[in-house]
Parts: sequence; structure tokens; C-alpha cells
Amino acid sequence: MTKLQISDVTLTFGGLNALTGVSITIEPGLITSIIGPNGAGKTSILNCISGFYHPTEGRILYGERELSNASPHQVSTIGIARAFQNLELFRGLSVLDNLLLARHQNLRYSLFHALLFFGKASRLEAENREYVEKVIDFMELEPYRKKMVGNLSYGVQKRVEMARALTLAPKLVLLDEPMAGMNIEEKEDVVRFIIDLKMEWDITVVLVEHDLGVVMDISDYIYVLDFGELIGAGTPEEVAADPKVIEAYIGEE
Amino acid sequence: MSQREQLLNLTIPQLLRWRVRETGDKVALREKDFGRWNCYTWDQYYSSVRQTGLGLTQIGFAKGDKIAVISDNIPEALFMAIGAQAVGGLSVAIYQTSLPDEIEGILNYLGVSVVFCNDQEQVDKVVDVRDKIPGVKKVIYEDPRGMRSYRSDSWFMDIEEVYRRGGDLHRRQPDLFDELIDKGAVDDVCHFCLTSGTTGLPKGAMLTHRNYINMGLQLTEVDPLEESDEYVSFLPFAWIGEQMNSFGVAMATGIAINFPESVETSMEDLKEIGPHFMFGAPRIYETIRSQIWLKMDESYWFNRVVYNYFMKIGEKAAGYRMSGQQMPGKLRFLAWLGKQMIFRPLVNQIGFLRLRRAYTGGAALGPELFTFYQAIGVNLKQIYGQTEIVGIAYMHRDGDVRPDTVGKPLPGTECRISDDGEILSRSASVTPGYYNLPEKTEELLEGGWLHSGDAGYIDESGHLVVIDRISDVMHTAAGDMFSPMFLENRLKFSPYIKEAVIFGNQKPFVAALVNVDPIVVGKWAEDRGLSYSTYMELSCLPEVAELVKKEIVSINDNAEQAHFGIHRFALLYKLLDMDDGELTKTGKIRRKFVREKYSDLYEALYERDVTEKKVEAFYQYQDGQTTTVKTTIHFYTMEVTIQEHPILSHLSLLE
Repeated sequence: MTKLQISDVTLTFGGLNALTGVSITIEPGLITSIIGPNGAGKTSILNCISGFYHPTEGRILYGERELSNASPHQVSTIGIARAFQNLELFRGLSVLDNLLLARHQNLRYSLFHALLFFGKASRLEAENREYVEKVIDFMELEPYRKKMVGNLSYGVQKRVEMARALTLAPKLVLLDEPMAGMNIEEKEDVVRFIIDLKMEWDITVVLVEHDLGVVMDISDYIYVLDFGELIGAGTPEEVAADPKVIEAYIGEE
Repeated sequence: MSQREQLLNLTIPQLLRWRVRETGDKVALREKDFGRWNCYTWDQYYSSVRQTGLGLTQIGFAKGDKIAVISDNIPEALFMAIGAQAVGGLSVAIYQTSLPDEIEGILNYLGVSVVFCNDQEQVDKVVDVRDKIPGVKKVIYEDPRGMRSYRSDSWFMDIEEVYRRGGDLHRRQPDLFDELIDKGAVDDVCHFCLTSGTTGLPKGAMLTHRNYINMGLQLTEVDPLEESDEYVSFLPFAWIGEQMNSFGVAMATGIAINFPESVETSMEDLKEIGPHFMFGAPRIYETIRSQIWLKMDESYWFNRVVYNYFMKIGEKAAGYRMSGQQMPGKLRFLAWLGKQMIFRPLVNQIGFLRLRRAYTGGAALGPELFTFYQAIGVNLKQIYGQTEIVGIAYMHRDGDVRPDTVGKPLPGTECRISDDGEILSRSASVTPGYYNLPEKTEELLEGGWLHSGDAGYIDESGHLVVIDRISDVMHTAAGDMFSPMFLENRLKFSPYIKEAVIFGNQKPFVAALVNVDPIVVGKWAEDRGLSYSTYMELSCLPEVAELVKKEIVSINDNAEQAHFGIHRFALLYKLLDMDDGELTKTGKIRRKFVREKYSDLYEALYERDVTEKKVEAFYQYQDGQTTTVKTTIHFYTMEVTIQEHPILSHLSLLE
């Protein structure tokens, strides 16, 4: 399994430093959380990993592979998928179509095959559908399979967003606030999904989440950001006891 | 010997083996999984049962042992139950919604040694009470998801392992399973069906192979089924309503059983299958009707005009159809036109296009609903029976559907009304009694008749009319009798009312606590720009109260007697729920419990000058967290008028 190494990454927008010399190691097979107050740079880190931003300085390595200047498309083909905080789904398509569409990069058949829908075309489509169905089963989306995404409740849409990332069959998945705006029951479900991802699908999880209760409960390792700088790292117990972290969250006495 | 008699002399596993010889290649079961319908032929069904049965013997399950099935509707639940029966064991199905304590009570009461769970959720409940169920030797699970931490513990076993061991044994001793099956006798008890019980721990009604198969044969003597017919299994397996179909009807007729993908998708999956017959509690039919109502309301004006016009025609035609009379030519043409233009597509949308018969049972259904379904061309019929007589003993015949009755007895079922007005029945499907409860059994089967506990009478055309539970019939302070269930059903026919609880025993008048329907009323409120965010806020809206008041006024206007009228009502701030103990597992109201839980509201209903009351609503979430919300409940007083009705003369029987 592959390790993701972020070394000394700085990201600047004009005069603004979104990230300053951040070094993070994502160990394979674990749930690693990145927490911090609003504007701390959590999503910027994810954007750097997934190729939406390129770090101004520093390197990002996935195994031997250099990701610092890779495009989102390239990142997704090497097994890193991402679920967005603000849903990036086609609201006018069904859940099933959204998920099938996410696997379009696996469709490598010609227009000729597509028109007649035989041989490779029908075989690949069947394989894709089978994989998508596995994800639907895993994320318990059966009741919504043929429903239009735009008509679903927010909690379910978030689940579809996570499912869309999983249909790429990633080795590492970046979850950007998968539980935001959910009620307690929906959160419990998502927590279960995340743990099962790690335990049963052997997927490495990078979690950005505001619900500290959840983060402390399920993370193997936590990084804490504040104003673009790494201010703490460690196991949940270590982070909870770190005075710098407490200060960033609660403020000075 | 005719084929029927031949079948009556077979146990359920023997009958399954017989089916394999007759139609081994035909589809017996179908299950939706990963979005696809997977088929099991009778042959595969039988070999799965064989593997399961033999596998069970390999883990020490022997003749007379008991297996509990706590599972959603999946083929494996049937494999487990019938597999256990094949090797001389007994099965019991427990509701998936049961809490750990209830499960513990049932397992200990029946002396269960093996438990089958479909997933981690159910396994966890059994694990919760592990220390208190020493008799349980193995817990078998179907879905391995989330079971990783249990794998090292030999108390748990994957169903695949059971299959493997059973398959191995079959290879070593190919005749063993046949020998085991042959040892079964038709009058052996094969399954315990838990009676839902509106009070206390459920009782285990012992049911024999003959009980089930007789019921299936008698039912199909009235309403024949073809081997090519389809049935969708979506009722809880612990309910007799599901067992009578999967053990009784399917075995007796060879129809195919279809298992939905999940509980939530069952209505969608039903559309894909298009069953030929179905059975359900009134709730299902009420929900479907509400959905139709809602969707029609959202539709554009032309659709609505056509729908409303043909609905009237349909209702008129339904009157003729239900009574088996010849329709006048013009009506027949218009009814045909309505069917082609609107009702056929509509019925197709809900998946009922191929449905020849739909049965409702378990509780009474409002007369208006019968007319509604018959009007759109769904042949909905009432059945009546109870767990102790394998579900169905009385039923409407085609062309003789009367909303106020439950029809005539099935062939081979005798019916008598006791001197106290209680309905008594006798047939080959009557249980030999409750497990280990000789006194209750004695009460139940006193004098060789099955005592239903329901008050009823047989009318001049031979139809049975059920009034209510004898113990539920109430009297007002003035001594006037009324049936709370009868009045509740009246209320529930209103699309806006989801649930209602009627009070008035030894009180000056009848009063009700009402649950508005969150979907229908929610939409109604949205259409009128009334804002709300929770169910509590919705039911506290004064406009909603006015809406319900209007409904109750019209119900009161049609009340048969003055004391049937509802004088006061209040809208309850939460939906009555099984998990809170307010409803039974089959959705009946636990009247006494509700009255005690909402005692302050109950008292305020009978203080005429109280118009509002502050209450604290207490909620418990799944994770055990609790919150208390303060709200104000309003009470409304009504005017009441009078009419006469035939049911009353029979109510006096009970006095």
C-alpha cells in the first residue's frame, strides 16, 4: 500500500498564505483527520492533493509518484478520489447515472461499439454497473437508485457524493466534511461507512470534519491546522491534550 | 386420492421435495440483490434447504431443537426455517424491530438453541443479552459486513460455513436428508408464531405442517392461483400474514415468492414484479391511497378533472361490481373508458396492473377505502382470521365484497357465535395451543372451538361482521356502547389523519387524540405558505387544527348515533410509534399505554373549559440521548348531530 507524503508545502494567493510549510504524512490503511478552525487551510490541503491547486513550494508524493503539478484528472487515475464539501453532482441525473458517469474513464470502447452496443461496449458497461451496484449496496443507496439527485434530501446527497468518489475504486479517499449538515442518525450511518471503508475495503481515508466528537472517535491520527500552519499532530488523545490545539479552538483564557 | 388430499398429508419439507419432482426447473424464489433479480428454481430452493438442514445437524441441532430467525425477508430466512423443520426442529420468527430484552424473553421462553440473524444490527442485539441466554449455542449470520470482530469467536458462524458443512455431509451420506424428511409427521408442530399481543410478552402459538398447508389449500379453493403467479414478500416474516403465504400458499400452489432488495425499496420492487396477489395490513393500502391522492393533487388541471370525473363513475361501477350485479350499458361504457384513460395507467404506476386480488387483514379498513380501490379497478377484499388459525379463515368472495363485513368462512372452516357474542371458529388450521401455557391454551380452545376474543355476528347473507375486540368495546358514562376501533377507522379514512386514538370509556362523551399525516398535511401546509420545520410545529399550526376540525365535523355529521360523535379532540405533537411502545409490532394501538403516557392530555380532553395545555415532550434518540421540548397543545370542542345505523342493534348483543 502506498504512503502519501506532503512535505513543506506552501500555497500562496498573491500576498495571502493559505498554507505555510505544512508537512503531513498519510499512512496507508488508516483514518487520518485534518482539523482546524474555519479558514485554517484544511480544504486547501485537499485541493493540493487532488490537483486543483499546485503548491507554490514543497512537494507532494504518492508513493514514488510526484503529485505537485498533476492535474485532477491524473490524480484520479492513480487511485485518489475525493468527495466534495459542496456537492459536485449532476442534480438533473439519477443517482445511478451520476455514479456510472463517475466511471467514464473506465469506458474505453469505440463509437462503433457504442452505436451497436455489442462486444466490448456491453461488457464494459455491465462491469461498470456491477461495480456501481457494489457501491450502492455499501452506501445503502438502494431506495434512491433511480431518483433524481436534485430531489433528494441533503443528507442523502452527501452520501451520493461519497459514493461517487468510491465508484472510482480508489486506494485513498479524501472526504471533505462528509457529515456537515446531517442529523445524528445520518452521521451515525456515515461514521459506520467510513469505518467499514477502512476495515473491509482497505481504503485509506483522509477526513476533514468539524464534528470533533466524530473525529476523536474514529481517527487513527490527527493533524491540526490554524491559519495555514500545522500547530499539532498525534493520536486523538495526544491532540486533545495539546495546549496549542485547545487554544486554537477555545481561545486564550 | 385427489391431489389436494395428497398434499394435505405432506409436511412442509416433504411438500417442497414433491414440488421439485413436479416443477423442479420453475422459479420458486427471486431475490433482488445488487440491482438484479436473482432466481432460485424449486430445485435450487430444495438443495439450499438441504444444505442448511444438514449443516444445522453438524452444529448439534437435532430433532425437537428450536431455531429463531431474526431477519429481513431474504431467501435464507426460509432456508433456515424449513431446513430446521426438515431435520425435525422447530422455527420461530422474531420481529426485526424487537429490542434486545424482548428477544431475550422470547429465546428463553421457547428454549431456542440456534439464532439466525441477517445482519450485524440483529447480531448486536443478541450479543447485548448474551449472558442471559445460556441456551443459545450458535448465532448464524448471513451478511458478513461489520462482523469482523466476531469472526474469531466460535459462538458466531457465517451461513456459508453452514452450507459447506451441510454439503459435505450430503456427499458422505446422500440418503440422510431424505430419511430425515421422511421422519416428519404432518401433525408435528413446525413453527411458533408469536402473537403480537397488545399487552405483555408475546405468546408462541404452535403451528403444525397441516395447519399451514390446509390454510393454503382452502384459500386457493376460493381464489385459485396459477403456478406462474408472482407474490412479493414484504411483510415481516414474524407475522402470520407472511408465513401463511411463504409456508402455506406458496407450497400449496407453487407460485414464486419475490424478495425485495431492502425494506425501503419494497414498494419500488413491487412495481417491477407486478404481483398477481398480495396481502397487507390496512396501513399499506392507506399509504398507497394517500400517495395517489397527493400525486393527483400535484398533477395539472386536465388530469385532475378527468380523474375526478371518472372517480365518480368508478365508484358507481364499484358498487355494482362489489355486489356482483349487472351494470347498465352506459355506466359500463363509461367505466371502461375511465379504466382505459386513467385507471389502468394509474394502477400500473403502483404496480397493481396484474393484481387479481388484494387482501387486507390484521385490522379493519374504512369502507371508503374499499370503494376507492374497487373504483380504480383493484379487487381489494377483506379477510379475517388470527395467528391461531393461520391468518385467514374468512374472506370476501369475488362479486360479493361488502365493506362492512369480513366475508364468509373458507371451505372447511366452521363458524359460530357464542352466547356472549364472541366469534368462534373450527378448522384443520387451528393451532394445538400456546407453547408451555396450558391455561391460556385451555381458554383459547375451550369446548373445541377457537375463541377469537372478537365480538361479531353473522348477518342475513351469511357474512361475518366483526365489531371489535370484546375487551376493547367501551361504554360512555350514560351506558351507550361504542367501538373505539370503528370510530378510529372512520377518522383514519381522512387523508389528513394518520392515526387516531378514541377515548370515552365511562366518560360523558367520546374524545380523540389525532396524529395528522406528516406527508399529506405537510404538503397542504406548504401549498398554503404555512411554515413549519418539525412534526410538532406542523401539528401545532392553528390552520391544521381547523382542517382536521372540518374533517371531524363531516365525520360527526355522518355518525350513526349521537354518542358516536367526537366532542373534543387534540392534535398529538408526535407520531405514535412502535419503538415508543405506543403501537404493537403489527401497528395496532396500545390503547391503555397511550392513555397512561398522555394522561395529562387525556384528562384535559374531559375538562370542557380547558382550551390549551402546556406539555413537555420527551424524545429519546437512537444513541440514547434525550431532549425535552416544551409545547402547547390546543383542545377543540365540536357540535354533534344524530342518525340511525344497523350495526347498533348488534352492538346491544354485547351488553
